[in-house]
Amino acid sequence: MCLAVPGKVIEAAENPLGMTMGTVDFGGIRKEVCLAWVPEVEVGDYVLVHVGFAIGTIDEEEARAVFETLREMGDLEGLELADPEAP
Amino acid sequence: MKFVDEYRGEAEASRFLDAIRGTLTRPRTVMEICGGQTHTLVKSGIDRMLPEELSVVHGPGCPVCVTPLEQIDRAIAIARRPEVIFTSFGDMLRVPGSDDDLLGIKAAGGDVRMVYSPLDAVKLAQANPERQVVFFAVGFETTAPPNAMAVWQARALGVENFSIVCSHVLVPPAIDAILSSPENRVEGFLAAGHVCTVMGTREYAPIADRHRVPIVVTGFEPLDLLQGIWMTLCALEEGRYGVENQYTRVVRPEGNRHARAVVEQLFEVCDRRWRGIGTIPESGLRLRPEFGSFDAEKRFEVGDIVTEESPLCIAGQILQGVAKPSACSQFGTGCTPEHPLGAPMVSSEGACAAYHRYGRVT
Repeated sequence: MCLAVPGKVIEAAENPLGMTMGTVDFGGIRKEVCLAWVPEVEVGDYVLVHVGFAIGTIDEEEARAVFETLREMGDLEGLELADPEAP
Repeated sequence: MKFVDEYRGEAEASRFLDAIRGTLTRPRTVMEICGGQTHTLVKSGIDRMLPEELSVVHGPGCPVCVTPLEQIDRAIAIARRPEVIFTSFGDMLRVPGSDDDLLGIKAAGGDVRMVYSPLDAVKLAQANPERQVVFFAVGFETTAPPNAMAVWQARALGVENFSIVCSHVLVPPAIDAILSSPENRVEGFLAAGHVCTVMGTREYAPIADRHRVPIVVTGFEPLDLLQGIWMTLCALEEGRYGVENQYTRVVRPEGNRHARAVVEQLFEVCDRRWRGIGTIPESGLRLRPEFGSFDAEKRFEVGDIVTEESPLCIAGQILQGVAKPSACSQFGTGCTPEHPLGAPMVSSEGACAAYHRYGRVT
């Protein structure tokens, strides 16, 4: 099962075993997520969550790369492209 | 949803489709090897929008589908035991064994429960000390760290009534096996983006070099797949091979070393049988000897199992990308999601389930 979903870290704290656990918001739905593998993450960052574990962080700059490529592809006048900055 | 919705735009998809049409000069075959990607391709209709000469085939990217029938039968035998609470991810519950499935065991009074995270299974073991909680640990490299963490946590907490049925498979050996087959027609691969989030991209380079194929690490949203396909096509048309990364917002070349560390600690690589394909050397994971007590197949003696595959199920051909689900004589008739003959029709990552759900009957 490779389904992993991006979500926003709302809070984080260490549990009695020394594992960092957090609350992640997925467009309104909040779940408890293990953040042990993303030690650099801060509240407000986006993580990729798979079966209750954050397996990586989302690089907001790289997230725009797909749209940069589309722009570079040429004539895009008249096309309203999605804005990754939009909430 | 942020980082999801933006990658589903129609205008952007058209732009990539135009680029694909403009780049293609001859028939090409590209394989994706992740059930999540299969589903997006079919659900979004991309498979119908691509030029006919571009064949995108589905590989064995469904860990549920490639779990050997004997192992499913052993899991079912374990689930039948009265002291066992058998837990698993949802789609494993309806995979047919030789004569039953886990949901059938539940219907007959067995304690079978779906969990979202393997840690939930450990919690169940803590809450039910007089029972044995068994978790069906299935997956690719994406799921190995969570499953390893569950066993690690059980040991750390002294939870002894917890064990796993381990069915873990690795992607690179499967790609190698497919490319090494004399009948292979695949010229390029989309590598699974979430597997690579954990593993990084480096282990694909030797495969790309050895077989001289482009391998593009690709995400799961429609625009990701279109861009990944386009990048693969550009490489093929330009005579280039090697590893590229489309899913840069998440995948780094080094992957996630913290996640890999816990897998290294708990598991070791082993040979593994893939249902419908056969044994692929060094393509699976098993618990290391020092964690052997957490192996449910050792803890519970389930005796000799005689397996019986449906003679009508062509899952092996589906999983190797040599036949499409719609070509199967039983597709939609003798084999449906409600009454599946094989795993690819049941699993949320199976190609047959995707084709059936989104109406690809021909």
